Amino acid sequence: MASPTPSSSISAVAESKSIALKAEKVSVYYGSNLAVKDVYLDIPEHEIVAFIGPSGCGKSTILRCFNRMNDLIPIAKVEGRILFDGEEISGKRVDPVELRRRVGMVFQKPNPFPKSIYDNITFGAKINGYQGDYDELVERSLRGAALWDEVKDKLKESGLGLSGGQQQRLCIARAIAIEPEVILMDEPCSALDPISTIKVEELMHDLKSKYTIVIVTHNMQQASRVSDRTAFFNAIATDKGGKMGYLVEYDKTEAIFSNPKEEYTRDYVSGRFG
Amino acid sequence: MERNISSRPPENAPKAARESNFAVNLNRRYMMDRIFKAAAWGATIISVIILSWLLLTILMDGLGTLNWNFITSFPSRKAERAGIIAALAGTVWLMGLVALFAFPIGVGAGIYLEEFAEDNWFTQFVEINIGNLAGVPSIIYGLLGLAVFVRIMEPITGGRSVLSGSLTISLLILPIVIVATREALRAIPDSLRLAGYALGATRWQVVRSHVLPAALPGILTGMILALSRAIGETASLIAVGAAVFISFLPEGLNSQFTAMPIQIYNWISRPQDEFHYIAASGIIVLMAALLVMNGLAIYLRNRFQQEKL
Repeated sequence: MASPTPSSSISAVAESKSIALKAEKVSVYYGSNLAVKDVYLDIPEHEIVAFIGPSGCGKSTILRCFNRMNDLIPIAKVEGRILFDGEEISGKRVDPVELRRRVGMVFQKPNPFPKSIYDNITFGAKINGYQGDYDELVERSLRGAALWDEVKDKLKESGLGLSGGQQQRLCIARAIAIEPEVILMDEPCSALDPISTIKVEELMHDLKSKYTIVIVTHNMQQASRVSDRTAFFNAIATDKGGKMGYLVEYDKTEAIFSNPKEEYTRDYVSGRFG
Repeated sequence: MERNISSRPPENAPKAARESNFAVNLNRRYMMDRIFKAAAWGATIISVIILSWLLLTILMDGLGTLNWNFITSFPSRKAERAGIIAALAGTVWLMGLVALFAFPIGVGAGIYLEEFAEDNWFTQFVEINIGNLAGVPSIIYGLLGLAVFVRIMEPITGGRSVLSGSLTISLLILPIVIVATREALRAIPDSLRLAGYALGATRWQVVRSHVLPAALPGILTGMILALSRAIGETASLIAVGAAVFISFLPEGLNSQFTAMPIQIYNWISRPQDEFHYIAASGIIVLMAALLVMNGLAIYLRNRFQQEKL
């Protein structure tokens, strides 16, 4: 088994682009189990970064570090430094509630609130003390998520009445309504049909100009279609019978898919793996 | 890793293999189906028959003496002049106060234990004890109420008062309310909470805006069950000292009181047949009160469900 090679990940973002999110030697434990080890990762602003890798490799775990969702799991412990706009967010001094307004998240399974479409959008704005006009916010967010034309006549109807793909775009609209800087997407299309998947992918391209997007995906075609950079994680079996994930390689997406440096990456992206 | 394609069996093999490897035996399986369907139907019909038999005998005994006079009269030594108004009023007072005490405390404790408390020895200790308390006989609660609410807190409760009685019954049903609240909260999927947190909501905002509204129908169902138990409660009230012969309505929290189950028990234990008939009438009134109360709770539940969309 090859040991983790952080050097390749640091060099991935060499240009002068400003870095939105940075992970420095991040390890996550669940209880005494080391789930992900020593991840170094730079995520530039206004790019789409895809995390790929087999199940249990820790890509979702690392994603949840960026908005401190791991705080909600009592046994999870995060080590190392995570920086957002150059500011450390992993420490006790940063308030996770405030952080989560600036780093939004979209989940694997669409999870709209069992409320009206309108209320789904306005909830985040209300709790965060939005000062502007709510009708205008709802329209802007739904347009931003390419959903406005489909739902503009039924804003008072339940968000649960929409199709799966529409629900997921509603969740994206809900996330952008609070004007985050980063949107984290945890396998956002795995519960959607191909047509809805394409719509969400097109939407991600549109959102790139305003937001930094990190997406976890099992679908390698999706990673190669949407992302600018790709991080490949792998998992190795531990002595305790669990799995420990690590970052194998992080580079421009073309490089990962056409000319990876690591053999594991080559095997994985060519489908000869797992 | 690669599949060995050449090892595939010949074309006609799968069918032969299927016949030899499985004894489908549909007849036997459908037979078991029918047997268990009949058994379940039997269990249902037995409970329905017993219940309707109970109802029928009560109605036959009680309807004759059930009239407006019975409902609006105070108890009397003469069965034909005796009525249930004092007990009915006492029960209404009790139920109102019990709902007032038990709902906020029980639901609050349930929310704390399920949504806020960390999983440590203290919460586990509390949890085990709440489970045990639900099984404690009601007479024990009655003795506790006698010691604490009637004796120690007499300056506040006024001794053997409707307030002491309702506090005692509130204690009695608290475990049921707490357990029902926790079950209802636990049934709400975590994805809903995560959605709230991901938008920068605090724990209370997530609970208040999303979890509690979604769980409210379940919580109210638990409350209905708890109040249904409370309305029939007799032993603990006797221990607390509910009077059996009261010829006035409760005027305030410190007023003496009686309740319908106690009145009914009192009538049944008299030797004269006439009193047995008015006891049956009392049972009909008690059941009607229970129906009204549950109907109200179900109406509230449905309203909340509609608001939720």
